[in-house]
Amino acid sequence: MSEQKANRFGFAINRSRAINYDTSDRKVREYVTLREPSFRLCFACGGCTAACTTGQHASFNLRRMNTYIRRGEIDNLREEVTRCMLCGKCLLVCPRGVNTRNVVAVTAEALRKLDRNEL
Amino acid sequence: MKEKRKHVIVAGGGVAGMEAAGSLAEMGIRVTLVEKGEDPGGHLLQWHALFPGRRPAEEVRKYLRKRIAHENINVITRTTVEKIRHHGHEVIADLSGGKQERADAVIVATGFDLFDAHRKEEYGYGIYDNVITSADLEDMFNRKKVARADGSPPSRIGFIHCVGSRDEKVNNNHCSKVCCVTAVKQAIEVRKLLPESEVFCFYMDMRMFGPYYEELYRESQEVHNVNYIRGKVSEASVNINNRLVIKVEDTLAGRPLKMELDLMVLMVGMEMSKPGTRLAEASGLNTGINRFLESADHHYGSNLSGVAGIFYAGTCTAPMNITDTISHSRAAVEETVRYLGGR
Ligand SMILES: Cc1cc2nc3c(=O)[nH]c(=O)nc-3n(C[C@H](O)[C@H](O)[C@H](O)COP(=O)(O)OP(=O)(O)OC[C@H]3O[C@@H](n4cnc5c(N)ncnc54)[C@H](O)[C@@H]3O)c2cc1C
Ligand code: SF4
Ligand code: SF4
Ligand code: SF4
Repeated sequence: MSEQKANRFGFAINRSRAINYDTSDRKVREYVTLREPSFRLCFACGGCTAACTTGQHASFNLRRMNTYIRRGEIDNLREEVTRCMLCGKCLLVCPRGVNTRNVVAVTAEALRKLDRNEL
Repeated sequence: MKEKRKHVIVAGGGVAGMEAAGSLAEMGIRVTLVEKGEDPGGHLLQWHALFPGRRPAEEVRKYLRKRIAHENINVITRTTVEKIRHHGHEVIADLSGGKQERADAVIVATGFDLFDAHRKEEYGYGIYDNVITSADLEDMFNRKKVARADGSPPSRIGFIHCVGSRDEKVNNNHCSKVCCVTAVKQAIEVRKLLPESEVFCFYMDMRMFGPYYEELYRESQEVHNVNYIRGKVSEASVNINNRLVIKVEDTLAGRPLKMELDLMVLMVGMEMSKPGTRLAEASGLNTGINRFLESADHHYGSNLSGVAGIFYAGTCTAPMNITDTISHSRAAVEETVRYLGGR
């Protein structure tokens, strides 16, 4: 009863919207950075996303994916990452010379490993 | 014994070179100002109104013309400085046409080149009619007519930031510093000339580094209704209505965005000038990873070349606005005078 009262405004049941940087999972970021060091160069311009054919039709956004990985917010990525066709168009645009296609490939690999507890 | 009057060669007659020549002349030093073009003035000859206050560029040109109208200054135009070398107590400059000039010191003020927009083929400069550069737009302002190639007024104009700057694909990782605020200035001017038009700036970061720049940015939103979208444009094409279509990500909304434009303005960056590069190579002057002239020290020696008697002024060392170019040029004069006095 008292617990119900405390929850009247929903404070305790809603998951926090904030990115908690201290408790976030950095394993994927570490794995991707190690396998594809150019990942660190991304300055979030969105050129890759603008060029990407997949992203015009489905929810896949390489620039956003890079940001999520850096923040340890990886839950949404499992499905998205499978949509990339590895066509490499984004590679032609990136002004920072990020090996974008390999970032996607390595991320997919990292997520698979994470799910198998191998990271 | 009467000392021989000191003589300094200034290589390049842009803002930096003209200011240096004027300051030196004022101090009683004889100056030979060598300019490659028809007239001194450099890039300033092309600009219409200047940020941040949008004063006519002609006012600053007038100041500089007055500055070099001095009996101690000999202006040589249509002449390139090809090589400089230190020889005994002198500096010898090889000029185009086989001439030579001897002096006590040289100030290098060879300025910058605009990035050649053809090199970003995906933006279609030189391919599509209504893709122009920021310099082309200044030219339109000078002729008081901003129009599409067919003469009609554009109803939607897009400014594309960082064309040829901050881009590994064209081997320029540096920021050209002045193009963000130039876009803001030009966006305001377009809105004033064409009140019916819509204006969008596509930026990666808004770099409002100078006094009153941020205020100008604010004014552009508050008074002139200029729109800003954060994202790098990946490519432009033309649709059946002969309108440009750009692809970009609206990174703040997190989604790809397409937009039709009537006129697309490429904010071209600054590169080390070609005649400056040839001069540096022939003379053994160091250049940095950004290919501009590398000063002896970034903090307290930005006018020093590391070679006795050779000094640097202005945008041959890095992108700068006019204010900083003039300050840098005056500092080069101070270094030069100190050097001449100490010999
Ligand atoms: C689109 C655009 C708009 C701008 N608008 C503004 C503005 O509104 N306000 C502002 O403060 N700044 C503005 N700037 C910046 C401004 O143009 C520069 O700060 C200024 O022109 C730098 O002067 P400079 O003398 O260093 O170089 P330059 O203007 O490039 O002059 C160099 C001169 O040297 C000559 N030269 C080069 N090599 C040789 C050689 N070997 N021998 C002989 N001569 C040589 C060249 O012909 C040239 O005349 C703008 C820049 C751009 C790109
Ligand atoms: S490689 Fe993947 S992310 Fe890059 S453009 Fe192709 S589909 Fe899009
Ligand atoms: S184009 Fe390159 S720098 Fe820009 S968001 Fe994509 S990966 Fe990052
Ligand atoms: S000043 Fe602005 S437009 Fe110019 S290179 Fe720097 S960030 Fe890009």
